[in-house]
Amino acid sequence: MRSLLNILDLSVEEIDELIAVANDIIANPERYQEACKHKTLATLFFEPSTRTRLSFESAMLSLGGNVLGFSEASSSSSAKGESVSDTVAVVSGYADIIAMRHPKEGAPLVASMHSEVPIINAGDGGHYHPTQTLTDLLTIYHEKGSFENLTVGFCGDLKFGRTVHSLIGAMSRYNGVKFVLISPDELKLPTFIKEEFIEDKGIEYEQSRILEDVIGKLDILYMTRVQRERFFNEEEYLRLKNTYVLTADKMEEAKRDMIVMHPLPRVNEISTAVDSDPRAAYFRQARYGKFIRMALIMKLLGVKA
Amino acid sequence: MKVDSIKNGIVIDHITAGKAMELYNMLGLDRLDCPVAVIMNVPSRRTGRKDIIKIDAGIDFDFDVIGYVSPNATVNVIKNEQICEKKHIDLPRRLVNIIKCKNPRCITTTEQEIEHIFVRSDKGEYRCLYCETKAK
Repeated sequence: MRSLLNILDLSVEEIDELIAVANDIIANPERYQEACKHKTLATLFFEPSTRTRLSFESAMLSLGGNVLGFSEASSSSSAKGESVSDTVAVVSGYADIIAMRHPKEGAPLVASMHSEVPIINAGDGGHYHPTQTLTDLLTIYHEKGSFENLTVGFCGDLKFGRTVHSLIGAMSRYNGVKFVLISPDELKLPTFIKEEFIEDKGIEYEQSRILEDVIGKLDILYMTRVQRERFFNEEEYLRLKNTYVLTADKMEEAKRDMIVMHPLPRVNEISTAVDSDPRAAYFRQARYGKFIRMALIMKLLGVKA
Repeated sequence: MKVDSIKNGIVIDHITAGKAMELYNMLGLDRLDCPVAVIMNVPSRRTGRKDIIKIDAGIDFDFDVIGYVSPNATVNVIKNEQICEKKHIDLPRRLVNIIKCKNPRCITTTEQEIEHIFVRSDKGEYRCLYCETKAK
């Protein structure tokens, strides 16, 4: 039995396989509509989410499977003080696979230690969010055609942005990738991520506080939201939340084939005027999420079309 | 300064200078009812200065604690005033319930009866198994 807690649990070859299956699902959805018949996915969301939970549920339903679960901690036994390990030990008796989001970092690892079925980490605090990374990789594959020789800019909250950490880890395994890290000093990429995935691998990178200074170099601009829920101090959140806003004016400086990605939801960091720009890939990105999650569920359940 | 030798017990030698009290507390030596000598800042040919702890009884303790606090320490088991066993302590690969994660977002802050586990990285740093925050 295998779980997915961190994107690096998957080899580059396994990611290639998942992308190939996702592409086949996009091309031939009818071939997969009963792939997970009589299987059940439990979505245990201890923290609110719209996109990720619905994407998982939609993925399982499109595979002909069933879904059950809860969408916030207050409607689960954790509100009564039940531990993650107990919740998972019980739920793994009701489901064949579990997708779990939890505000505490490392909660999915604890779950995997007590579960009899595969656990998919659907986000654990500011730590990892591997299925968002798979979504991002499928998007890059479709939009750019390759993962190699790309200059990828990450902008906004690089400190608590789990999607940023996971995508840097995943992209650092491909040849010719360069990173541009754009953030205020308070939200810089954690040193251990920078050391492990960038510096130790000898990958070229630069850091900047100003988006306009570097936007022209980028093949991909990955925007992130400054997340209120990651701050213990409301004042600090308010001070930093408007640091970067991508506008149509700033897009004038970007390459004609640059794409803008965002894990969504956005607050105000991308002006709605950018939405009509063909380089704005974030809504297409959200759609890819369902297909790659279908491929992942099939892989972890060991089923084929 | 003279500290009597012990007849039966344990001597933790070559402790990094200044670390003996931390080790004394982490090993829970304050709870013993036998004599314990903490000798600090002793001249050492190997390291210049070192600390020593002498425990006047044979006790069991977690060697990983010693490895974490002072990886170059040695443990001598004394019987009838003779060293009958000498152990060199290495930096342990895993620390279980020795230190706690300081990250307020870590699952160990809320999950009941969870083991606090730190794993040594290739760079020799200890990181929480669950959230990967560096040990402080």
